[in-house]
Amino acid sequence: MQKILLGNEAIAQGAIDAGLSGAYGYPGTPSTEIIEYITVQPETKSGKIKAHWSTNEKVAMEEALGMSYAGKRAIVTMKHVGLNVAADAFINMAISGINGGLVVVVADDPSQHSSQNEQDSRFYGKFAMLPILEPSNQQEAYDMMSYAFELSEKTKLPVLFRSVTRLSHSRANVKLKDKQEQNPLNLVEDTKRFALIPSFAKIQYRGLIEKQKELEKIAESSPWNVYEEGTDPSLGIIASGIAINYLLENFPEGVPYDVLKVSHYPLPKEQVRKMFDRVDKILVLEDGYPFIEEMISDYLGREQKVTGRLSGTIPRTGELNPNIVAHALGLENKIDEEIPEIVAGRPPQLCPGCGHIDLYEELNDIIPEIGDNRVFSDIGCYSLGVLEPYDSIDTLIDMGASIPMAKGAADAGLLPAIAVIGDSTFTHSGMTGLLSAVWDNSPITVIISDNSAVAMTGAQPSAAMGRLYDIAKGLGVPEEHIKIIIPLKKYHDKNVEIIKKELDYQGVSLIIAQRPCVTMSNDKKELARQFNTFEPSY
Amino acid sequence: MKKDIIISGVGGQGILTISAVLDTAALENGFNVKQSEVHGMSQRGGAVQSHVRISDQPVYSDLIPKGKADIILSVEPMELLRYLPYLHPEGYLVTDINPFKNIANYPDENALKAQIEQFPHHRIVDARTLAKRAGNFRAANIVMIGAIADLLPFEDELLKKVIADLFQRKGDRIVQMNLDAYELGKSVILVS
Repeated sequence: MQKILLGNEAIAQGAIDAGLSGAYGYPGTPSTEIIEYITVQPETKSGKIKAHWSTNEKVAMEEALGMSYAGKRAIVTMKHVGLNVAADAFINMAISGINGGLVVVVADDPSQHSSQNEQDSRFYGKFAMLPILEPSNQQEAYDMMSYAFELSEKTKLPVLFRSVTRLSHSRANVKLKDKQEQNPLNLVEDTKRFALIPSFAKIQYRGLIEKQKELEKIAESSPWNVYEEGTDPSLGIIASGIAINYLLENFPEGVPYDVLKVSHYPLPKEQVRKMFDRVDKILVLEDGYPFIEEMISDYLGREQKVTGRLSGTIPRTGELNPNIVAHALGLENKIDEEIPEIVAGRPPQLCPGCGHIDLYEELNDIIPEIGDNRVFSDIGCYSLGVLEPYDSIDTLIDMGASIPMAKGAADAGLLPAIAVIGDSTFTHSGMTGLLSAVWDNSPITVIISDNSAVAMTGAQPSAAMGRLYDIAKGLGVPEEHIKIIIPLKKYHDKNVEIIKKELDYQGVSLIIAQRPCVTMSNDKKELARQFNTFEPSY
Repeated sequence: MKKDIIISGVGGQGILTISAVLDTAALENGFNVKQSEVHGMSQRGGAVQSHVRISDQPVYSDLIPKGKADIILSVEPMELLRYLPYLHPEGYLVTDINPFKNIANYPDENALKAQIEQFPHHRIVDARTLAKRAGNFRAANIVMIGAIADLLPFEDELLKKVIADLFQRKGDRIVQMNLDAYELGKSVILVS
């Protein structure tokens, strides 16, 4: 059977058809649709597959590891920066190894369409010394998932499955296979390898190093790494993941050069050597960092046989496209039209009626009095508050950074210092920062702009819903300094008064600005209202 | 047979519905399809586009190369011009003329229109009015499918079936409204 699937849906369907038992993740563009797709499948609704939005990526990865420990196949999904959060689990489960197949799906975002950076997850895979798979199209994304689980179980290691925005968010015809049965519950016998005290961990670590030879051998003969000899020895091309598509697009009649398509790492050294022996120059095409290019380049630049992003043949930043590849190959690349000057930029913006807007209008009434450049914020729709017409918030670094940064700035003497964070970001990574500030009785004011959803990625459920007051109280924020406000025009003046008063308090105060996301259905908004039972502080 | 179509608009204007209709028709016709779209931050009122590639040969790149689009179909006039670098010299520009103004510096509408009219193959559609005539202005995106129906590699009946299937769960009235919107869109082909 053929279906049109989004790259992320192909990954999800591939996992389901490969006998998936559990899928965990935290929403993040461009990875979100994997768990979303699994969540609505009949097998998931009937309870046969567990799909869960975890509180953050590290938690998701550990939940997936627990599923694997019990012998079953699991995936964990996240965007590239999510792997930073989960890195502790990721690196160390490479040391312990896994039991049931465990595939870590990470969607990178070259060109930073929705991200702070364009970090390339393949470096993490290499760092953890794990096999990496990098599908080049939707069909491969689907087919590779069963291969990934088999590889994981064969090597007893987690497998990193790397996608990029253009694969995750592009649809294509995909041929589906028969479904495999799930693994039975199958407890690990050698539990010592999961208990990484130094004496056990040293043995495991040496084992991982020794396994590298085997991983190289598997990648060398992997069906996903393909060498095709060409007729023109002046150039050879190494294309990883989706980069191969841009190459083939430019040569519909066939590529005249040697081509090595890489979709399975460690990099197949023998095949790279073969290319070095056969061609004059090598062009490396990869979406993301110059990962392969750096590995095979002459460090001192004396030979200059290898070209790519480092050599300047391809731009150092941004995703690839057919035109960039055509240009690098010296092919005709005629573009007649430019964007006319009349076309104005249209940046994303907060939705009409959004509660964040009211909160920012309240803050903008206060900022002239307290001074500029002291509102530390975080990651979510409310990040758009850095732009005009609001210009209310000043920082956005990583999930949860707002509260510790406000504390650090307050420690330095910047008073008052304000943190603005969303509800889901708060339960993702904000709570420990808040505890640290409470513990030190720091004079900061934390505003949780609570829309009861993970709104930016499509209003997934938020673990914070109905729990924020109790969490703040439990972490030690004095109850008389926990306020609930409703960000609506009619409460504007009252809200300004409440915020001002809490800014004067010389300890941690916390204000929950609570109004369900306007994009949610009425049913979801009603559910949020039922959960959010605390009365506003008017 | 190969058709490369850029569909453009503002997040929330229904360009993914247009894409879904074209994808499904392509699948039912046994063609290969790739369709790249925008998710995430830009969907919040920002400029969004979808690259739809349909062929009886394998489709490689998820992105249409610049200078190669057969059609740029826009549900908003300024967003049409944003993708001009993708236009093939023989390609068609087709747009709803109704502006979506959510920015302070939106350009002069007549100047936009004049710019579009410089191109030999252009179709300017008042899709909003036609959609209202069909029953709801929200069907403007379906009007726009009608406005390029003759440029697509599909039979009329197939497109109608796909549109009907897409809206089936919303009831017969909505199905008919969208089919009417599609037919009204086709009327602009005759005058262009």
